[in-house]
Amino acid sequence: MRPVSSAAPAILVRGLRKSYGAHEAVRGIDFEVAPGEVFGLLGPNGAGKTTTVEILEGHRRRTGGVVSVLGYDPDRRPRELRRRIGIVLQSTGLWRHITVREALTHFARLSSHPRSVEEVIDLVGLREKADAMAHTLSGGQLRRLDFALALIGDPELIFLDEPTTGYDPAARRGAWDVIRSLQELGKTILLTTHYLDEAQALCDRVAIVKDGRIIAEGPPSELGASASRYRVTWRSLETGELQTREVDDPTALLHQLTSAALARGEPLRDLSVTRPTLEEIYLELTGDAGAEEAPSGSVEDVHV
Amino acid sequence: MSEAIRLAWHQFHLERRMLWRNPSAAFFNMALPLIFLALFGAVFNDDRDSLEIIVPGIAGMAVMATTFNSLSMNLTFLREQGVLKRIRGSAMPEGAYLTAVLASSVFNAVIQVVLITLAGRIFFDIGWPKDVAALAVFVAAGVACMGSLGIALSHVIPNFESASAYSNAIFLPMILISGTFFDTANTPAFLRDIAQALPLTHLIQGLKGAMITGHGVADNASNLAVVALWAAFGVFFAIRGFSWESRQAG
Repeated sequence: MRPVSSAAPAILVRGLRKSYGAHEAVRGIDFEVAPGEVFGLLGPNGAGKTTTVEILEGHRRRTGGVVSVLGYDPDRRPRELRRRIGIVLQSTGLWRHITVREALTHFARLSSHPRSVEEVIDLVGLREKADAMAHTLSGGQLRRLDFALALIGDPELIFLDEPTTGYDPAARRGAWDVIRSLQELGKTILLTTHYLDEAQALCDRVAIVKDGRIIAEGPPSELGASASRYRVTWRSLETGELQTREVDDPTALLHQLTSAALARGEPLRDLSVTRPTLEEIYLELTGDAGAEEAPSGSVEDVHV
Repeated sequence: MSEAIRLAWHQFHLERRMLWRNPSAAFFNMALPLIFLALFGAVFNDDRDSLEIIVPGIAGMAVMATTFNSLSMNLTFLREQGVLKRIRGSAMPEGAYLTAVLASSVFNAVIQVVLITLAGRIFFDIGWPKDVAALAVFVAAGVACMGSLGIALSHVIPNFESASAYSNAIFLPMILISGTFFDTANTPAFLRDIAQALPLTHLIQGLKGAMITGHGVADNASNLAVVALWAAFGVFFAIRGFSWESRQAG
């Protein structure tokens, strides 16, 4: 089965389910990732993110649903698919007695059109460690080597499972730059993350996963904009105290406030109209309150 | 297919290079059997009967050390460290990778048997092997048996920290009771019975026939049968319990 056209989604997931015995880790997930898109799965530990990604990588077999990765079924583990994807797992597993350069050279052989080893060493910032044995690298350096090994084959689709966990802030920015550079090269990226700023900084679209279901999906900015109300804050003209009110549409309230201020000839102090940040939405959606009725579906379904 | 062979070949080279860089692996796979041979050979230098037990005995021990011990520890490490999972997610054919890992282990066993044979000829004056074909058959059977049992054992070992304890708990008693260093005629009957049920005794009997007495495969068919039976048992469990994923990862 080959991709029908370049417009076909890089990843298509329909009704994906995965059970371990009686435990349902993934309970019907749907999403699509377009070629060239950076898509993020965001959610707390145990939400089903890693299970979902590992099914797409071919590491786990699904219990139900339809999955297509670059037009292939990952359950069949076709070599052609494995050649066209790059994987960064959560754990970094490598031989102890191999140098950074040797490891990259070794894995480059698996690709028909690998990137240059030296270029990738520079890209991930391991130039000084190029001849160091893997067991002498720090945790952060191993993560970067992991990243490098996923990129060396020049894959068109890259899976990043919590790519910056364990990074110091500088290394994290470095990783973000690498991910952005991959995006500019037209690569498709599926990443999972705990970090909201990471999702906001990198992803074209995110899906918030909880208890094996997607509870919200959309571009990070729209997820913030349309999922919740506006919060209007001002200092009361009568009492001098800060007032806050949350409304779906602030037009009428603002009109009321501004005309009252104009009528009294006093300035309206400390007025602000804010939309909830992705973090607030995330906490709202993944918090226990409202978990019962949280429907799976698009952004429009989500109310606070 | 030819690509799989090419990749397996590269992997084999990498395995060889990494072996020499790993002091513990190089010691147990290369140095230890030769040190034992040198020490026991020095002690029993004038005792021809003992030398005729020790040289094939240490050859059998070397086959076990390079396959059973080495693979049980190595595969536990590779599984728990996540190397197996990385390989499985890469474009490396799984078969090519495992072939290279096993081939490196078999290669160590062959090097050891060759070195021990040379030492027997040069330093201990016990001559060249009487039956080279039988030697090849028993080394091959021993490698298949001990290697598959080592892989099967790795499935039981929960983490790399305990791997050495698991394999040595089997290896050390087994080499002592199986007639590696001394004639087992004087050991208690129950130990002899246990040793008779285990494969190493029969492997050493076969090697002794091939290297010393000139008893070939036909003479030692029952020994070969026991080794083959253990090999079948080992292969069954080696394949059945194989996991590409760390036990801890769940």
